[in-house]
Amino acid sequence: MSELKVPTMAQLFAEGKQPEVLFWVGCAGSFDDRAKKITKAFVRILNKAEVSFAVLGTEESCSGDPAKRAGNEFLFQMQALTNIEVLNAYGVKKVVTACPHCFNTLKNEYPGLGGDYEVVHHTQFLKQLLDEKRMSLEGGQFKGKRITYHDPCYLGRANNIYEAPRELIRKLDAELVEMKNCRKKGLCCGAGGAQMFKEPEKGDKDVNIERTEQAMETQPDIIAAACPFCNTMMTDGVKNKEKETTVGVMDIAELIANAEDL
Amino acid sequence: MEYLPNILFAIILFLGIGFFARNINRLRRNIKLGRAAEVSDNKGQRWKNMARIALGQSKMVVRPIAGLMHIVVYLGFIIINIEVLEIIIDGLLGTHRIFAPLGIIYDVLIGAFEVLALLVIVAVVVFWLRRNVIRLQRFIKPEMAGWPKKDGNLILYIEVVLMLLFLTMNASDYQLQQLGAAHYTQAGFFPVSQFLLPLLEGLDSGALIMLERTAWWLHILGILMFLNYLYYSKHLHILLAFPNTYYGKLTPKGQFGNLESVTKEVKLMMDPSVDPFAAPAADAAVPDKFGASDVMDLKWTQLLNAYTCTECGRCTSECPANQTGKKLSPRKIMMDTRDRLEEVGKNLEKNKGTYVDDGKQLLDNYISREELWACTSCNACVEACPVSIDPLSIIMDMRQYLVMEQSAAPSELNNMMSNIENNGAPWPFNQMDRINWVDES
Repeated sequence: MSELKVPTMAQLFAEGKQPEVLFWVGCAGSFDDRAKKITKAFVRILNKAEVSFAVLGTEESCSGDPAKRAGNEFLFQMQALTNIEVLNAYGVKKVVTACPHCFNTLKNEYPGLGGDYEVVHHTQFLKQLLDEKRMSLEGGQFKGKRITYHDPCYLGRANNIYEAPRELIRKLDAELVEMKNCRKKGLCCGAGGAQMFKEPEKGDKDVNIERTEQAMETQPDIIAAACPFCNTMMTDGVKNKEKETTVGVMDIAELIANAEDL
Repeated sequence: MEYLPNILFAIILFLGIGFFARNINRLRRNIKLGRAAEVSDNKGQRWKNMARIALGQSKMVVRPIAGLMHIVVYLGFIIINIEVLEIIIDGLLGTHRIFAPLGIIYDVLIGAFEVLALLVIVAVVVFWLRRNVIRLQRFIKPEMAGWPKKDGNLILYIEVVLMLLFLTMNASDYQLQQLGAAHYTQAGFFPVSQFLLPLLEGLDSGALIMLERTAWWLHILGILMFLNYLYYSKHLHILLAFPNTYYGKLTPKGQFGNLESVTKEVKLMMDPSVDPFAAPAADAAVPDKFGASDVMDLKWTQLLNAYTCTECGRCTSECPANQTGKKLSPRKIMMDTRDRLEEVGKNLEKNKGTYVDDGKQLLDNYISREELWACTSCNACVEACPVSIDPLSIIMDMRQYLVMEQSAAPSELNNMMSNIENNGAPWPFNQMDRINWVDES
């Protein structure tokens, strides 16, 4: 495995350079052990495609999404306005992120606070790289595998992005199988709205178990996700069903990086 | 004496429409209790949404059976109303079937009304079976117990009775036409009610006229009563679906509005040139409450949402929290909002237009904290609503009140938020370690 090349905005700024795109890593991508693998997979693809990018590194801070969804508008705006100051100071034009929550907040909620950027989700960015022939993709190890895709709420319903991740899966020569609830009717993994950080309310079942059962009905080899929180929830669900040895939960970026042996 | 029926009709019509106007005024007054909403933008898109979603029923057909049946009843409702126009003119002028000179067009219209009336009866029977025999999950949730269930069935009964009266009226009229009764000119085409004629055999024209007049009067009385029933029922959606889809959210579903009052505070906090000891001016207005604990704290569009809800439960059946047995039901959020708003409206009426604190509010007295915290903000309810209602926005506004006014978040969320405040991540990791992943194997 080659070493990752991850310049920071501060480094490039010192050299008088401006990257094509800022990679917004997000808290999960920075700190969560499972999500860090997604971050690295995405960086390996960026490195392979020789995309000029940078991260904020220690200058990045929580987008404020979980605070806002929990009802703490004050904390959200403190985070947002601070982040916007940093982003604007570096003259950032385009942002890519592997987290649909960061994506939604930066794309939709920052503009009203003075932060106007072109914000894309990593699945959109990867598809663009393919379309522009900046990278190629062959199925490799996923050829013929049954892959079901779980729509993250903040990518799908929240922002109407349903096709980019699916097209990437199809490019792997994999068999894309849909769950009974997909696209607009996709069932939440249970983590949104700050639920990730608390115990669920009393009920019959956890939401992630319900969703995992729907995924299992498709007899998948792999459950593909496009959100670090969905990934955690689905991974937990698969473990709960004791299927972790036969069914993998992987981010789209990991599928692509693995297919390319990166 | 000759004009007695006309005068009686005019009085009844006047009363019926008068009461309806009074109800509409109450509705307007209650909705205007809400806070301002910015909805004057993008008129073109708004008209398009109304045409597509309300007029075109585009989201109803996501569930094909209910959707098709609903379109039948909806078309029946709209088209048969042309007949109501004729009934009103006839009633006021003492004429009979005043549109009859339209000839073939009239025949086609009456024929179409009859076919639609029959289809409406079929659809309504299916709806009744779904509610009472098949007992679809979404119709038997806890919030549907009592009045909501009765209300739903009552509407179906009224619709069947109205359609049967319409067909009876036509059948006796047709029979009278064939008997050559005076006043009953040959007009109309009766593809459905002609099959009722055997039931009328043996009746002389006096009895037939009695039957025809009775059905005619009951039909129009029924319509006027139904019009006035709307305000007390979930059935207001037949009117409010139109404004509600017009004022529906245009921004991406994931975009939640930023509170301007908070922006001002945060900017002051971040501005190094602000005098840290400055006190607010003596005449400064009391700042708005953050978030919502009662209906007056919601936007008027959210209150319009509540009156528009017809309790179909598509939102609740798509809700991940509800599906997994949590208390939260987006439909209940809307029903509670309306019930509380009605209570506040009655309070206003009792106290000469000023609201007197009744010790109740939407939070806790209607919507529990447990419901609010069970939401994953996934937007499934918003997507499912056929008339652009946004239950999620009410949940989020109430969370804002809980967190910003009461500091009453669940403790795990308080931990998450203090982590964000202290180290810029929801977990207790140092911001300086944010890029360590690069060097970890």
